[in-house]
Amino acid sequence: MGMDFSTLRTLISRYCVGEENWVDSRTIYIGHKEPPPGTEAFIQQRFPDNRIVSSKYTFWNFIPKNMFEQFRRVANFYFLIIFLVQLIIDTPTSPVTSGLPLFFVITVTAIKQGYEDWLRHKADNAVNQCSVHVVHHGKVVRKQSRKLRVGDVVLVKEDETFPCDLILLSSSRDDGTCFVTTASLDGESSHKTYYAVQETKAYNTEKEVDTIHATIECEQPQPDLYKFVGRINIYMTNEPVARPLGSENLLLRGATLKNTEYIYAVVIYTGMETKMALNYQSKSQKRSAVEKSMNAYLVVYLCILISKALINTALKYVWQSDPNKDEPFYNQKTEVERQRHVLIRAFTDFLAFMVLFNYIIPVSMYVTVEMQKFLGSYFIMWDDEMFDEELGERAVVNTSDLNEELGQVEYVFTDKTGTLTENNMEFIECCVDGHVYVPHAICNGQVMPGAAGMDMIDSSPGPAAREHEELFFRALCLCHTVQVKEEDTVDGIKHGIHQGKSTSFYISSSPDEVALVEGMKRLGFTYLRLKDGQMEILNREDEVEKFELLEVLTFDSVRRRMSVIVKASTGEVYLFCKGADSSIFPRVISGKVDQVRARVEQNAVEGLRTLCVAYRSLSPEQYEEVFQLLNRAKLALQDRDKQLAEAYDLIEKDLILLGATAVEDRLQEKAADTIESLHKAGIKVWVLTGDKMETAAATCYASKLFHRNTQILELTTKRTEEQSLHDVLFELSRTVLRQHGGMTRDTFSELSGDCTDYGLIIDGATLSAVMRPGQEGSNSGNYKEKFLEICRNCSAVLCCRMAPLQKAQIVKLIKASEEHPITLAIGDGANDVSMILEAHVGIGIMGKEGRQAVRNSDYAIPKFKHLKKMLLVHGHYYYIRISELVQYFFYKNVCFIFPQFLYQFFCGFSQQPLYDTAYLTLYNISFTSLPILLYSLIEQHINMDILKKDPCLYRDIAKNSLLRWPTFIYWTVLGVYDAIVMFFGAYFLFDNTTFTSNGQMFGNWTFGTLVFTVLVFTVTFKLALDTHYWTWINHFVIWGSLIFFVVFSLLWGGIIWPFLNYQRMYYVFMQMLSSGPAWLSIILLITASLLPDVVKKVIWRTLWPTTTERIQNADKLYKGQLSEFTPLASLHAPSKGSSHRRGSENQRNPRRSEPFTKKVMFTRWQKAPDYCTFTPLLRFADSSRHSRQGYNYSGAGPETSV
Amino acid sequence: MVKQESESANRPDNTAFTQQRLPAWQPILSAGIVIPGFVLIGLAFIGIGVALLVTSRSIQVLELDYTGDSNGSPCSSCSQSVIANCKCSLNFTLTTLFQGPVFFYYGLSNYFQNYRRYGASKDDNQLYGDLSSFTSPSSSCSPYNYDSSKKPIVPCGSIANSMFNDTFTLTRTVNGTTNNVTLDGKGIAWWTDYNIKYRNPSVTPLKNAFNGTVKPINWAKPAYELDASDPSNNGFVNQDFLVWMRRAALPNFRKLYRRIDASGDYQKGLPAGNYTIDITYNYPVRAFNGAKKIVFSNVSWMGGSNEFLGIAYLVIGSLCVVMSVVMLIVYAKFKFPDEE
Repeated sequence: MGMDFSTLRTLISRYCVGEENWVDSRTIYIGHKEPPPGTEAFIQQRFPDNRIVSSKYTFWNFIPKNMFEQFRRVANFYFLIIFLVQLIIDTPTSPVTSGLPLFFVITVTAIKQGYEDWLRHKADNAVNQCSVHVVHHGKVVRKQSRKLRVGDVVLVKEDETFPCDLILLSSSRDDGTCFVTTASLDGESSHKTYYAVQETKAYNTEKEVDTIHATIECEQPQPDLYKFVGRINIYMTNEPVARPLGSENLLLRGATLKNTEYIYAVVIYTGMETKMALNYQSKSQKRSAVEKSMNAYLVVYLCILISKALINTALKYVWQSDPNKDEPFYNQKTEVERQRHVLIRAFTDFLAFMVLFNYIIPVSMYVTVEMQKFLGSYFIMWDDEMFDEELGERAVVNTSDLNEELGQVEYVFTDKTGTLTENNMEFIECCVDGHVYVPHAICNGQVMPGAAGMDMIDSSPGPAAREHEELFFRALCLCHTVQVKEEDTVDGIKHGIHQGKSTSFYISSSPDEVALVEGMKRLGFTYLRLKDGQMEILNREDEVEKFELLEVLTFDSVRRRMSVIVKASTGEVYLFCKGADSSIFPRVISGKVDQVRARVEQNAVEGLRTLCVAYRSLSPEQYEEVFQLLNRAKLALQDRDKQLAEAYDLIEKDLILLGATAVEDRLQEKAADTIESLHKAGIKVWVLTGDKMETAAATCYASKLFHRNTQILELTTKRTEEQSLHDVLFELSRTVLRQHGGMTRDTFSELSGDCTDYGLIIDGATLSAVMRPGQEGSNSGNYKEKFLEICRNCSAVLCCRMAPLQKAQIVKLIKASEEHPITLAIGDGANDVSMILEAHVGIGIMGKEGRQAVRNSDYAIPKFKHLKKMLLVHGHYYYIRISELVQYFFYKNVCFIFPQFLYQFFCGFSQQPLYDTAYLTLYNISFTSLPILLYSLIEQHINMDILKKDPCLYRDIAKNSLLRWPTFIYWTVLGVYDAIVMFFGAYFLFDNTTFTSNGQMFGNWTFGTLVFTVLVFTVTFKLALDTHYWTWINHFVIWGSLIFFVVFSLLWGGIIWPFLNYQRMYYVFMQMLSSGPAWLSIILLITASLLPDVVKKVIWRTLWPTTTERIQNADKLYKGQLSEFTPLASLHAPSKGSSHRRGSENQRNPRRSEPFTKKVMFTRWQKAPDYCTFTPLLRFADSSRHSRQGYNYSGAGPETSV
Repeated sequence: MVKQESESANRPDNTAFTQQRLPAWQPILSAGIVIPGFVLIGLAFIGIGVALLVTSRSIQVLELDYTGDSNGSPCSSCSQSVIANCKCSLNFTLTTLFQGPVFFYYGLSNYFQNYRRYGASKDDNQLYGDLSSFTSPSSSCSPYNYDSSKKPIVPCGSIANSMFNDTFTLTRTVNGTTNNVTLDGKGIAWWTDYNIKYRNPSVTPLKNAFNGTVKPINWAKPAYELDASDPSNNGFVNQDFLVWMRRAALPNFRKLYRRIDASGDYQKGLPAGNYTIDITYNYPVRAFNGAKKIVFSNVSWMGGSNEFLGIAYLVIGSLCVVMSVVMLIVYAKFKFPDEE
């Protein structure tokens, strides 16, 4: 809906209003007071009211609009056309046959959408009618929320939600700040501070507020929650004062006021123009590979349908060339018919054949597929194993359209921080001028209290060093955006400052900062609070030091550093800067750079996150200059961000290096196990991170992305400095290809896994060089291809120093590569959103960096480890289920319609339907619909535990293997075969004989009913043969459907139905059942139809078993206990899924392994019982996860756990 | 996974269904089950097939074509002319007893009773005795709903209009004397058709109901005079009419004409001897290359003679056995060495 709205808005703005009227900024008169004369005259703009409309329909437009929406779908439109054709021309089947299912589908959808819309209406009304306090002529009055207008001044009290986007004027707090939680907007539960403009903050009663005389100029609304530029002009004494407004002044609709008694604020964006409403925008629809296959099949079936109709029409006219056949004496035409033009007749005949055969594309398939996806997605949400106790969160499904895509993933792009790691930072050490400080020294396993047992590697720092050291600690205490929370009312991250004593917590959007401030506390410097612009810290001597906070140069991911400018009580002004080493070192002019750099690198190799700290003393003149610079940038209305960045760049220079910190981010539980499983499943895992290379590489080793024998290929700036990018790329690709060229010849080395695999490390700068569009003349254009080639042959790739957009670029690059692999992106932070949106499947982790990733994802899981079950179990099942669903649906409709096609050859191409109307209508709706729906919901071809234990099974379904053309053709041929058996079986049975013992003859409806009975039983039994998991529900539904068919037939033929104008089915079914040969032929024909499929299955299972089938056999042998004691690896087919061999070779069916390798397999299998006594090969789950970190911090862990 | 007592409100239900762990039977179509299964099914099918074939062979069928399209045949003169009620007769000799009960069929070939428009060309309400449909027959009957003088046709439509109107009498010549063989025309149509689906209007005499209507164009007699001998066999519940109205599925079909009345000499069927069928030849079929024939047949428990079913059972049965052997070979070759 949001999309429609914004498109509409764009259209309106472009075409109706005209470009010249489109203003980039708006002017708001606070309290609707005109600005004093003499100032620039503004044209008062019209703004929408504050009504939120999330509903799509109104009462009167529901039916037309909803119908329009529904018939925009190609399938519905197709059935509508068929229905209309049936209504207009004289067709073989009554319009009911296609009208009823269509009506049913449309009605159900309309009711569902109507109900949802009604709920939205209700919610809208509740929001729109809730009352808000508005200052009106110096008095607070109540007003309905929807009546708010731009320029109104509102009063919001604590715990109230903002009714629209507001600019803070003043608050109950003297400093003009207020605290807000934006949990409902972006999920961040921390309290954010918002500021009032200095000039207005004093007006904090309704009387005073009413006297404010000011206008606000600001940009037109845009959806970015974190961007806002504006300016307030305050007319105090006819001398307007202009002040900048930024996102720190803007209170967003949906956010809630906390810890502040009340605020006054002015309305700037209302209703659908609020940032929240603009953010309703729905994501672009992602389509799964299965859906694409389905559409391809549909096209094939549409072609079949049209050619069937064409063939029959042509043959009809050949047949009719003999007038005695066209119009025998017993079947005279009416005069009207005779005079109709032959072309019109031919066209009508063509349409009639189309109508007769249109059931081959069933409307119910769409409904079933959608129901399967929707209902099936509940199994993900219901999964107890994907519930996280710690967070109290379960998996969330935002898009059920992609369930089966989870079983097709070939590339996983994962973020590092918060995804692979816990994003639970722990301060490890700091290094000042090369002296290392560790808060907890470990002596014989005893943890000593930090401050007392501070361990200094260099024991006697001189007085200068001591001064540096204290400066360093102070820098870390001051240079951050951490807030201190005094009460225990915040959800989310809580860290006690004085454990046991008081309940104060550090809160920050960045866990690193909390870890650093906490680490400082343990080293003796405690940050107390920020009060009235004064930061208070408690130093080692328990004295409170005060620093006046002058400026904060906020962090951004481009600069990768942040700074504060503070004024010490002594009057000195310092700039403290902390940031990534790469962004600090180039700006440092003195300090012990080499020692610090060495330490930083060493820490990075160990997988710690490092930050460097530097400072600069500012003289009062310098500070004045800086202040001017910043102020100018801040006041800018246009390109403020750019100007600010330039100002920051000028300010943060000539730094003196103090030292560096190291923070550890532990790997998530079972992250390594998950990555290993994904590798085994044939999925390539790429880590995309903004961290520095060494840190990221260490994490990759720890998480088993790289193994000890992985040969690392580097494609980094460091290397490209020595050689040209061109040379490096070609050299790497040569290395990789040589190895793999050798490997194809020897498949077993890959099986045993002792060949070298490659890991690639690339950094952001090099990546952008690779991605740069090629200059003409040079062959740099194929850098991309070379790069892709290298990547394809690497089992793991690490991309470090990535900007968010680069992450999406990488995903796009892989997506667009020639094999079009299915990609999955997983991340937890706002910086992952772009890649989550770009990848085929986007997964959000419910991490600590807010809910942005989760909101934009298709699925959200609490922890990275849940990805394993998500892909290997749920994805696998969904894929198996939906592929059977799709194939089976086409199959059963071929079986259904092909006899009808054949019948035309025996009824003079007269479009005589073979089946009764009721059968035509109900075949797909009720006789054969439930078993396949249920199958597609609960089928499990292999036990869940085996799937989890043996990730290799995932390769069996890779590359859409169950929906390839050979499989599809097999099903279709099977359907045609069954149809031929059914039709000609009945044909020969009816050929000139009677099959009752009283000599009476059966007519055409008995013929059709016989075929139909065989049909219903055959297709149901075919599904039963394919079902591997028979719960009581399967029994109920499969046998129930058949019983329903019989009961319905008895009833349908048992009564003279008064509402029908024909009674052709009267007693037909009963008469048929009363005849012995009918029973015998039903049994015969069902058996004959099913026979080849069963034989094919058994022979294939024996000759060319897939890994899945081998494990099924083995599981059978062990009576379901397989998962407990058999090494599954021995059952595996030799590798077949790896990319370089894909699509090559001699295999007609790529999921089958070559026969010659079977021998090997079986000799291995023979030994299997002996293996039972061995330790299972795959039990790696618990042992490995902390293997590397163990020695490092085994003592440090418990303290930080929340 | 350790389950803690502090259940979260958000925690999913831990039931067998939601966790996809419902107890289930997990059959696999493995060779071990399928091969014995196939052998059993195959043997059973072969058994049934043999029984069917034997039964089918024991059924006697006598077919006599009387279209008369070749010059030598008895009805050739009738087939050339368009004279109404053209008479011709057919002789045949039975050397052995034709086991009773004997059914007398007429058969038409190349005749498409399953044309769609033909099949739709009737008015079910009319045939159910609805008098309002007598005066205004359904348009689906067109062009047989009104005659040239705009009078409604009852029964309307192509099917009724084209009702088969050849009649037959069967005589047996014993020692020079000719005896009529009694033909029983009761119960040749479906019981439900006769008793429920088709109804005459409840007007007595029946003739009055047809006031203001005309008989179908091709008919010699109006519907209420179809059977002069039996008043209850007239109108829409005339047995011959009902048989005709049940459309055949395929273009070559048989319809039951009479049953040989099992009484007197014919208690056991048709005894050996010389027979003559006197035909009133009315029905034209040569225009569309059709053929007409007379069929005498008896039935077994499985209906009329139909070798197809028996042969099909034998074929499928043997296929099952052959396939099981093939599977056994495949299975033995690839499985047995490994599973010892």
